[in-house]
Amino acid sequence: MHDRVILWSLLGAVLMLLAPWGLLQVLPVNQAQFWTANILGRGIVFGIIAMSLTFLATYGGFISLAQMMIAGVAGYTVAVFVDGAVPRIVGGFGYAVAIPLGLLAATVMGLIVGAISVRTRDIYLLMITLALAMGVFRFIETNIAWFNGYEGIRNVVGPGVFGFDFRNAYVFYYIALATAAALYFGVLYLVRSPFGLVLQGIRDNPRRVAALGYAVGLHRVAAFGVAGFIAGCGGVLATIYNIGISPGSIGLGASVNVLIMSVIGGLGHPLGAFMGSLVFTFFDTFAASIYDRERFNTLIGVVFLAIVLLSPDGLLGAGKRLRRLLGGANAPRP
Amino acid sequence: MDLAAIITLNGLTLAALYFIVASGFSLIFGLMRVVNMAHGSLYLVAAYVGYAVFEPLYDDDVWYAWYVGLAAGIGFAAVFGAAMQKLLLGWMQGQELRQALVTIGVSIIVADQLLAIYGGNPRQFFAPDAIFGSTQIPGIGGYPTFRLVQIGIAVAVGVGLWLLLNRTKLGMMIRAGVDDREMLGACGVNVPLVGIAVFALGAALAGLGGVIGATAQPLSQGVDGRFLLVSLVVVIVGGMGSIPGTAIGAILIGLAEQIGQAVFPTYSVVLTFVIMVVVLATRPQGVLGRA
Repeated sequence: MHDRVILWSLLGAVLMLLAPWGLLQVLPVNQAQFWTANILGRGIVFGIIAMSLTFLATYGGFISLAQMMIAGVAGYTVAVFVDGAVPRIVGGFGYAVAIPLGLLAATVMGLIVGAISVRTRDIYLLMITLALAMGVFRFIETNIAWFNGYEGIRNVVGPGVFGFDFRNAYVFYYIALATAAALYFGVLYLVRSPFGLVLQGIRDNPRRVAALGYAVGLHRVAAFGVAGFIAGCGGVLATIYNIGISPGSIGLGASVNVLIMSVIGGLGHPLGAFMGSLVFTFFDTFAASIYDRERFNTLIGVVFLAIVLLSPDGLLGAGKRLRRLLGGANAPRP
Repeated sequence: MDLAAIITLNGLTLAALYFIVASGFSLIFGLMRVVNMAHGSLYLVAAYVGYAVFEPLYDDDVWYAWYVGLAAGIGFAAVFGAAMQKLLLGWMQGQELRQALVTIGVSIIVADQLLAIYGGNPRQFFAPDAIFGSTQIPGIGGYPTFRLVQIGIAVAVGVGLWLLLNRTKLGMMIRAGVDDREMLGACGVNVPLVGIAVFALGAALAGLGGVIGATAQPLSQGVDGRFLLVSLVVVIVGGMGSIPGTAIGAILIGLAEQIGQAVFPTYSVVLTFVIMVVVLATRPQGVLGRA
């Protein structure tokens, strides 16, 4: 089972690697660029944030609604410290310093969220992480001195990478893809390590794991720290993609969107996060021609509701069920 | 001294509104184990529907306009809540996370449709003459009568819920259902029907809060998120499913918000969350929650 997933994932990665080239063959240059950066690239970036949720959900059984907020903490940290951001809050640092600072801040925030929610499970955890996310959101929205309040911080253009400009659609796309691939395979590696196994043990039966002598709380907090780092990577990329960050991008809607992506793709495997985010971005972009641009939220709400009602394990689960129906004996057992 | 009294009174009126809304959330959670993420949407729906009924009557200058609007809002929210339980949530009883996700889906659609129908302009009810204007309170001076009424309604809701839960047959069923649903069903009680009744009641409370809230302060899109958050925090602090706990939680949060805004405006939000974190660290089940 595991080897096959790796194989499929590698195939997917190669496909994504070739996608910009393929798009150039079938679409005019400007449209191919738009698809590369604004649909595939954006999908991958939000997929990274969604994967931080999926990682927690799949291997720990924690549905955290705080992941978008944590991504925002990374984005805001970069925006506050980096040179060239408007308005200048602290400034004076290059991206080489600001980005690691952002990732550190997100990891710490992940650890804090994990520590606060360490004694809760299931829907209680969902409620508490949502409350924390909304608390940070409202704090940032009302704080002018540090976060420029409602308007947010603009002009975070991103660094030059080996002489390439980050604003180039293809440079951005391949950096996002490389980050996503590294994190994705990192997660697959991590969950087979002793730490990952203990985490899955906690998901299945925390009392038994505690009885074996493992510190359940510490493992839980550490898992949230890892998820915080992943979300932070996504947050930094999203901030550079949007050339800045504002409170709206970490509010209730944004937090729920990340959950929607994860659920649409399926919470059973990290791969689902990227499938869900690509579907979401696709709908987001083409809602106008499908239903009504203004009513994108109704459309995505209906899709989300349909998935939850009909196939609670998302597209991944739907695919598996379809294979079972078609493939008979060869299909993987549930 | 005057200022402190006014801040306290403001905190209590806010707490009254929070209690009305959050008690519905807590009630639904207590019996059904459903985290109703659409609770803020019920608040918003009731306020908008109530307003749509209220406005033409108010233009005609009839004295009962507000009361009819109130009834319409509450009624619509109750029916909406009951329908949600009957059509979407009832058949997946026990899958708590999935139910929470369903209510999230509902809240997204409702918020968007409300925006489509009613647009983004803020609205506000005008309280009827009987409870409009201000009342003299010794030691404080004039204070908006409606806010005092708000406290009265919250007390009435609290007492009413207590009587309902502790002195009626339905209340007995609800309390039994909290402890053991299956046993209650085995005793011949129609548990799904009780569930629908509870959902309707909880939604009606959100609706009551919606119309009251939209009379006290302007109503606009996005308020649903605020009241969902308030319900979550109040219930987390007070204890899940406990009505007295919800009252304590509402008073704590209402006072904290007002005091925070008066003393350190930019950081007032933090105070609310400090309370939440302290409660979670010391009593994860909430102040009056059962372990």
